[in-house]
Order: sequence, then C-alpha cells, then structure tokens
Amino acid sequence: MTERVRQLRKQSVEAENRLDHERALLVTRFYSDIVNTEHPVPVQRALCFKYILENRKLWIGENELIVGERGPMPKATSTYPEVNLHSLKDLDILDSRPKVSFKVTEETRRIYRDYIIPFWQGKTNRDKLMAIMTPAWKKAYEAGIFTEFQEQRAPGHTVLGRKPWLKGMNDLIEECQESMERLQFETDPDAFAKRDELEAMQISAKAIIKFAWRHAGMLEKLAAKETNPVRKDEMLHMARICRRVPANAPRTFHEALQHYWFIHLGVITELNPWDSFSPGRLDQHLPGFYMKDIDNFSLNREQARELLQCFWIKFNNHPAPPKMGITAQESNTYTDFTLVNLGGVKEDGSDAVNELSFLILEVINEMKLLQPGSMIQVSKKNPDIFIHKALDIIRSGFGQPSVFNTDAIIQELLRQGKTIEDARNGGASGCVEAGAFGTEAYILTGYFNLPKILELTLSNGFDKRTNAQIGPETGDPLNFKCFDDLLSAFKKQVEYFADIKINGNRSIEELFSKNLPVPFLSLLTEDCIANGLDYNSGGARYNTGYIQGVGLGSVTDSLTALRFHVFGNKTFSMEKLLEALNADFKGYDDMQRSLVFNTPKYGNDDDYADEQAVSTFNIFFNSVDGRACYRGGKYHINMLPTTCHIYFGSVTGAMPDGRNSGTPLSEGISPVQGVDTNGPTAVLKSASKIDHIKTGGTLLNQKFTPSFFEDSESYNKITALIRSWFRLDGHHIQFNVISSETLRDAQKHPEKYRDLIVRVAGYSDYFNDLGEDLQNEIIKRTEQATG
Amino acid sequence: MSHKSYVEGLVFDIRRYSVHDGPGIRTTVFFKGCPLECAWCHNPEGIRPDMEIINRRHILNGKTYLYKEVVGNLKTSGEIFNIIEKDRIFYEESEGGATFSGGEPLMQPEFLRELIGMCRKAGIHTAVDTSGHASARDFTAVLNSDLLLYDIKSANPVKHKEWTGKGNELILKNLRSVAREGPFLIIRIPLVPGFNSEEAEITAIRDLLVPLKSRIIRIDILPFHNLGVRKYIDTGRKRSMKTDVTPTGDEIDMALQIFTDKGFEAKMGA
Repeated sequence: MTERVRQLRKQSVEAENRLDHERALLVTRFYSDIVNTEHPVPVQRALCFKYILENRKLWIGENELIVGERGPMPKATSTYPEVNLHSLKDLDILDSRPKVSFKVTEETRRIYRDYIIPFWQGKTNRDKLMAIMTPAWKKAYEAGIFTEFQEQRAPGHTVLGRKPWLKGMNDLIEECQESMERLQFETDPDAFAKRDELEAMQISAKAIIKFAWRHAGMLEKLAAKETNPVRKDEMLHMARICRRVPANAPRTFHEALQHYWFIHLGVITELNPWDSFSPGRLDQHLPGFYMKDIDNFSLNREQARELLQCFWIKFNNHPAPPKMGITAQESNTYTDFTLVNLGGVKEDGSDAVNELSFLILEVINEMKLLQPGSMIQVSKKNPDIFIHKALDIIRSGFGQPSVFNTDAIIQELLRQGKTIEDARNGGASGCVEAGAFGTEAYILTGYFNLPKILELTLSNGFDKRTNAQIGPETGDPLNFKCFDDLLSAFKKQVEYFADIKINGNRSIEELFSKNLPVPFLSLLTEDCIANGLDYNSGGARYNTGYIQGVGLGSVTDSLTALRFHVFGNKTFSMEKLLEALNADFKGYDDMQRSLVFNTPKYGNDDDYADEQAVSTFNIFFNSVDGRACYRGGKYHINMLPTTCHIYFGSVTGAMPDGRNSGTPLSEGISPVQGVDTNGPTAVLKSASKIDHIKTGGTLLNQKFTPSFFEDSESYNKITALIRSWFRLDGHHIQFNVISSETLRDAQKHPEKYRDLIVRVAGYSDYFNDLGEDLQNEIIKRTEQATG
Repeated sequence: MSHKSYVEGLVFDIRRYSVHDGPGIRTTVFFKGCPLECAWCHNPEGIRPDMEIINRRHILNGKTYLYKEVVGNLKTSGEIFNIIEKDRIFYEESEGGATFSGGEPLMQPEFLRELIGMCRKAGIHTAVDTSGHASARDFTAVLNSDLLLYDIKSANPVKHKEWTGKGNELILKNLRSVAREGPFLIIRIPLVPGFNSEEAEITAIRDLLVPLKSRIIRIDILPFHNLGVRKYIDTGRKRSMKTDVTPTGDEIDMALQIFTDKGFEAKMGA
C-alpha cells in the first residue's frame, strides 16, 4: 500500500458519518423557487438534477487520484426529501443511535426545521404512497407481514453494463437525438412523452459533464497554488481527465475509473436507489484500458493497483442514506450494497478470469473496506486458482468476497427470458440478486415474512400482536384433520398476502413512474434511449420485480414439528401446542425441549424435514412468480433476508419449532441457527432441494473456523465443497470464518451453536462437545489465526 | 439407489464432511467395539462392543437438562451405505469417499467387508482406519479397500501391552502382510509423552517401516491431546491416562524429522 493510499484509507475509515442537508436544501429551493411546473415531470427532474450539480460544493481531498463526492466531504450523506422526509425526532435518533450513527449539526437541524420540513411535509413520495395503500395493505404492513423498499428508497438495484464504459455522455446525447428523430408523432400517442423523456436524459447528460468540468476547474486552481511539482502535475493530469470524461469515452485506465465514478455520483445524487449503484463486472470492463496502457508503457501494475485502491476508497466514503421513522431506530447498515463482480464467463461463454481479476482480489485483500462489497462468480470453466485466491481473503474472516454460481445465474436469467448473451453479461448485485447488467431494471420490493404467515394460519388469520384480523379465515386449526389441511390453509394465507403485496407494488411502481422518473439512470440502462422510456416506466430491455422470502428454515421446522408431533406421532395435540405457543412456552419446558431437540430439522439432509422446505418454497413461488409488474415484465422470488430476519422475528410470536416469541428467524435459506448437526455437506444437500433456478437469488451462510483454511489441502477441500454445491445448482455461498468472539458467545449460548464444528487436533468435533479447557484453547488459536 | 441388506453392525457415529480421515471430503463411519484400550483414547465410547448408556445434556434458555442416551446403533450395511451415498457428489469433486473407523472396524469384519464391497461397486473410494489388531483371517476384510490409515503406536511389545492392553505382534504381522499386497498405507502415530515421544521410540517405529516404504504414502504424527476427558465423564469410564502433558513443538518436530530423514513424507495432524 502506498503512503497516499494508507492516508486516504485512514481518513475514510476514521471520517465521521454526517447527515448532510446540502442536497435536501437545493432540492427544496429548486421546487419552491425555480421549478417551472409547466415542464413535463421528467424535464423537471432533470433540471433539479442539474441544479444540484451546478450549485453544490465540491470536495477534492489531499492526494486523491479519483475525485468527486456526493456530499461536501467524505461520509457527509445526502437526504432525499422528495422521497421521504426526516422529522426532527428522526434527526435526533440518527444522531444518537449507538450503531452507525449520523451526526446532525445544529445548522442542519435549523435548516430542516425552517425550510425542508415545512416545504415537504405531506408532499413526499412516501406520503403519497401511504395515502394510496389499501387498509388491508396497511394492516399487513403494520403487522410485519412484509416490508416495502420503495417507502424510503427509490427503485434502483442497477449495475452498469458494458456500453457506458465505452461511450461518453456526448455519444449518449447523440443517441437520444437519433431516438427523437425516429419518433412517429402522427401514429404514436406516446411520442410526446418520449420526446420529453429523451430531452430530460440529454439535460442530465449535459449536467454531469459540467459537473466534471467544475472539478477540472477546481483542480486547475489548486494546481496553480500547489508548490509540490509532482502533485501539481498530478492535479493538472486529473483536470485533463475531468475535462475528457464522462463527456467522452475513456481511453485510459485512469480515465475509465474516473468516468465510472462520475456516473456513480450522478446515479446516487439523482435519487437514492435501493442498493446504491454498482460498476458490475469490473474485471471485464477494465482489461481493455489496462492492457493498452501497459503496452504503451503509460501504466504499470503497481500504478493500476494504486488507482484501484483510490477508487475503492471512494465507495467507502458513501454510507447508505440514513432511514427515517421506525427504521431509523432499527436499521443500521452502513453498507449501501455496491457489489463488484469478478470472474464468471464472457459473453461468448468462455472463462472470464484474467489478470485484472487477480489484481482486484489483491486490492480487496489490502483494502479490507466495507464498501464496495465484492464477490466472485464461479463457473465450471473458471480455474481453481481463482477460488484459492479468493479463499486467501475469506480465511481472514472479512466476510468477502462471497461466492456465486455463474452457471446457475445464467440459467435463472434464461428462465426469465433473457438472451444468452445478456445472461452471460449478468451477475449478482446487492446481496445475491441475479440480474442482466446494464439491460435490466430488477427492483427489489420488500421482504416477505413466511413464518409470520404460518403463525397467522394457526390463529385463523388473527394477529395477536396488533390485535386485528389481518388474514382470511382459513379454518380453526383444531379442526384440521391432517397435515395437508394445515398446508392448504397456509397456502391460502400466503396467496392472500402475496396478492396484497403485489397490488401494492403495482401502485407504487406507478407512483415512481409518474412522479419520480430518473432520466440520468435511464441514459445508462439499455434500451431506455431507444424506447424513449424512463427506467421507472419500463424503459429497460428487461423489467423484473422481486419479493424476498424470509425465514425458510423457521417456517420449515415449524411445519415439520406440526407434521411430526401433532399429526404423525401425536406426541401432543394441536390444542396443547397452541396453548404452549400462546404462553411463549412458559410452563411448557418439556414440550419446547421436544420441539427443539427431538424433531427432524431442515439442514440435515433428512427428506422428512426438507419436504416442508420444498412445499413452502413452491407455495411462495406459485403465489408470486410470473405475475405482471406495472412497468411490464414479471415478478419473481428470491430468498434473502439482509438483516430483516431480526425485525421479522421481533414481530413474530412463538413458533412450533420451539423458537421463542420475538427472537430472530432463520436467515436466507440457511437452517435455523444451530440445528444443522450433520455438517456442511448435509446443509448443502438440504438447501439444494429447493429449485434455485426458479429464483433470482438465494443466500446461504456457512460458519467455519480459520483452521479449515490453513493449507493447500484444506483449500482444495473447500473448493470441492463449492464446486459440489454449484453442481447441485446452489446460487450462492458465503463463508463466515468465525472469530474468537463468536466462540466465546458459543460457550455462553451453546444451544445457538449446535452446528459449530471446530478443528481440534488431527480431527474435528462439535464445539459444544468439547470441555471448557479445550474450548478456551481453540478460542486462543482462533484469535491467533485471524489476528 | 437404495440398498437392503441383512448384514448388521454396531456403529456409534457417522460423520459427514470429515476432512481429516483420508483424502478429500469423506463420510466416516465409527464402528463400535475395540480390542485395544489405549490410555489416551479420545473415543472411549467406541471401546465397548455393545450398546451403552451415556450422559448427555441439553441447554435451552440457560437451563441445563441432563438425559441419558444410548450409544451404539445396530444398522444394516444397506442403511449405512445409503448415508454414505448421500455425499457422492462431494466425493467426486474432492476425490474423497468413505472412511471406516472406530473403535476398530476389524472387530466386525463381515460388516466391514460388505460395506467396502458396496462402496467399491458404486465407485466410492474407501479407507479403513485400523489399529491392525485382528486375526489374519479377519484382516483380509481390508484388502479390498483403497487405503489404510494404519496406526502404529510402539515397536516395543511390552510397552504396547502396558499402554493399550495388547501386544503389537498381530499388528506388525498384519502390517507386513498388507505391505505385499492390498491397499496403500498412511501410517498414523499418536505421539504420547511418557509413552512414545522419545527419539529412540520413534526411531524404532521408523526402522520397522523402512522396508515397507514403497507402500507408504505418508506418515501422520498425531500429537496427544487432552480432550477426551469429558467423554470419559459422560460414559462413566475410568481414564487410565495419568498425565495431561501434551507433546512440545520440539518433540513433534523431532518425530517428523526422524521420518523425513529417511525420505518419508511426514506431517502433523491428518
């Protein structure tokens, strides 16, 4: 790491998160004083974007090589009052919450109080959204059946494809012009709207060019004052780059990175799309620039490394925009889910791993920053050495990169109707979501609480927590004669809530389409220009809506417990079980023990238990998959929780799997915490019984201690584990190399860690089965290995 | 493919994703019953050749519940094979397979023979982790396996008897027979202070192995570890190991050196 990088990295890591009012104030000024309401909405939005970029303060850090920040300084984080409005109380909570707080200055409070709140109160997109949601939607939302992503964030979830890496904004402006010239005003009733949208795209493109020029101007001024001749040259060089990109197509490695960075800033300034924005297949987009520079001796590998590291730091300077309302208290992710993809296959299907893949892995390892996130795509065509290099990072317990199955992602995208080339140019973004990069608007719309719906099924649609009948009456469970009666009642409940969710989504999609188009993002997404249609109105080549199922393990084990104890063995009656659930197992210790310890569990490759995972998956899939989006395109499912399994757990009562009320649900498609006692191969076998290819992504976490990564033989075994999982069509696996703190927690709460296998000496054993002395020794060893 | 078979055997554990008992990812089947009673045994529940009651505990909501569990399950070879077969895809990718361990698998030779045969027919690699203490006739059960993890504890028959309850005559005889034909060998040597960790002891073992070198893939030195203690308490078995001293780094290095000096591949652990 060069001294420059060390300094910049340190500044980034140590900078304080701040909630910054600049963008909110500029937007407020624009809409109160400047906007011409005669203009069509897309043009208004483009002019607002232009106004922000023209008037905001710039930041150029000492010794930076890549320039540009969203706010007036690193980690000064913008808000988006046109989407949702922070109250003064929200600002206080954000300022004081213990984790990932955002400092709020007195000035910001005052500006919020005097300008921003008075102007936006009742007028935000969130207000409009809540006003049009049905009472049934609101009841379900409040009960915690589902969440709504677009309540506080704009639809986004986008990844830059190949094209914008090879084109300048001037080229795109030209394309808009050509598209405009093709409009058929006599025959196409939408031609005027298309013209407006294309005009808005052109305004946005010009705005980002000027924004880069402002940086060039500032660099020139700073250079004039700079006394160090080396830095002076550097700044003049950077100024020339900012004059060239993003107006024109980048020619060099440095230009390419700066080009992307301006585009990135444009997208996250225009609105606050969920999951930020991503550069996509970085090791596919950069080699052209890299090889050219290397060949003409204008760049060497170390300089490329330094530029990439400066690029990495830029992402880390941008935390996720802070939430408001209840979620301000609960949600404290710093990460804004930018995800860099490495590896996989090229458009022609050949192995895509190259020199840049390895260089970027080295950068990830040295940077160890939360953002950008990283993942490797592994196709059967990629070499093992690529996986091994990724394991070098994974073994340190950093949690990155996660590992994805390219061959499964391609099948998933093909099933959804993409061409083979678009599928191969795709990958995963956000957490694990499959998408065709650069050509698809795939919007995540909300998490869906499957265990909660089972809870409602057991109370005939009545929610005890909110004291309301929120689901349909699907029968008193005491009258269920067999397990299939229960399953069909559960199915009706899932279908009912999926209908509510999808109908709500459609209204929300319409709201964004009409009120908050994104002409800048549309410029970057094929085929918005050709179609003259906004990203939020279905302009992309492919449009997809996703609903994310949460709690597969919990709901599976609960259904299995009912099947096994109530309907099968008749260990206890439905009546007794319901009593115990109502009492949160207080006074029912023996029953709870039976449910927890003496019941088949998902994650052990036991068909009896895994059958319920498959039934649940199919019920959810059939309720959602293939339903129409407002924007065109279809809804699909994926199975991932981010951190929502904790919130969903907090609103879900005691469950028949022995889980206590309010405690976290299982996450992703992983088994309930600690119940998988047959090792990782059994977990993978269980998890492969659901059809991953029918999803747009699943998330599986596996815990290992560092000792499983200690030599080349263990690398080969982990690699084989990954390859096998991918032969079973698994979509994703993340290795959580556990820390000594986790082991200490396991000493205190053994019941949560029944699955934890540790290497002892020449063999492995369950951590719980070891004596305390030995546990302590393993903790010590783990400390040494992870440092 | 589902197998039904009437050869039954007694096993006390089946562990999937076993990565220290032979090459690749493996499933290890632990046979119950062992003719030896090594002082340092870390699987004491595998010694008795019949079912026994073990104390176990569940912890839930901070409360500890004690209960009894039967150790040892009577299973048919078909049942065992069906479990082994579940991880076939992992064996294929990792060049792994099934390992039969214990206890001493050769205490149940027909059961072992049948399981090895089933795996072989299905193209699954097999390894047997054995003490080698068996009659020549019973020992033929391992000849069809692909690999032996063969424990050698001491070259000295008196000491061997003192620490394991049996002399090493059968063990060495079987070792010589398998060195002429049958599977390749990984020799496993538990390194136990006070028993065999001295230079002369290890050198004597090495000298025994030199003539068989062409058949030996590797020597694994397994440093004694004081971890079976809890299992002794749980099974109510008396622990004869008097000391908890574990080998020093120097002792381990020395043991490895003794083998590498003569061109063996040797490593610590599995």
